[in-house]
Amino acid sequence: MIVPFGHVLMLAGVLFSLGMFCALARRNLIMIVLGIEIMLNAASIIFVSAALHWESLEGQAFVLFILAVAATEVSVGLAIIIYAFRRTGSFDPSTYNLLK
Amino acid sequence: MTLHGFIFYVLAAVTVAATVVAITRRNLVHAVVYLIFSYFGTAMLFYLFGAPLLAALEVIIYAGAIMVLFLFVVMMIKVEASEEVLFPRSQWLPAAIFGLIYAVVGCLMIAAAPGAEMSLKLLSATPREFALYVFQSHWFSVEVVSLLLLIALVAALYLGKGQGKEKSKAEGEV
Repeated sequence: MIVPFGHVLMLAGVLFSLGMFCALARRNLIMIVLGIEIMLNAASIIFVSAALHWESLEGQAFVLFILAVAATEVSVGLAIIIYAFRRTGSFDPSTYNLLK
Repeated sequence: MTLHGFIFYVLAAVTVAATVVAITRRNLVHAVVYLIFSYFGTAMLFYLFGAPLLAALEVIIYAGAIMVLFLFVVMMIKVEASEEVLFPRSQWLPAAIFGLIYAVVGCLMIAAAPGAEMSLKLLSATPREFALYVFQSHWFSVEVVSLLLLIALVAALYLGKGQGKEKSKAEGEV
């Protein structure tokens, strides 16, 4: 007996909303990507605990793929961020107005 | 409260606290290091939930590889950390209020849902069982993920190669 499933859901919900706040309120591209990472992490907590709740390995297998997608997203995202930084000299997405 | 329940609440508190500290830092290096604490807490949660292989992968990939990648990017580029301004209060306060309402309703919904008060059992999937399951039922997804990683490698190389030409024109930063 560990804890009720609802408490794990609440923990993951809190982590997810923290990540969403980070992605929405910060004005730094690196912090935005960090917020997305926090959200993916919260989702994987739910998957692992749901795998335990329903006693199926499906959830754990999904977390493996979430890890791979997170690694891909971060590597390409950071490369794009550095590229944008070199083009504009800023991390603030609101200054990317080259089309103006 | 059992010992496992106590461990869960301690880990949950540490993880949430580390995340809160991380997302409010202005210095990016501090934010990344605090987030590593958060990921260690998550890895221990995975172990508690009976996924030892995923706990190891979380430490190796998230806390090890991804966060070090962030640190490299932060180190590679001069970041004007103090100049970042958060949105004005009038802009995020309504969003925070709506989010709070959703959070309260969601917590009530989770607490009232049938089966939510059922305690999780203590089970553990050994890496062998897990690997057999993944490669027997999800071998196609594994192939797709490997293709995805290859594409990411090519994309990162392409974007990085473009920088060399840009750099000679712009001021060299690295």
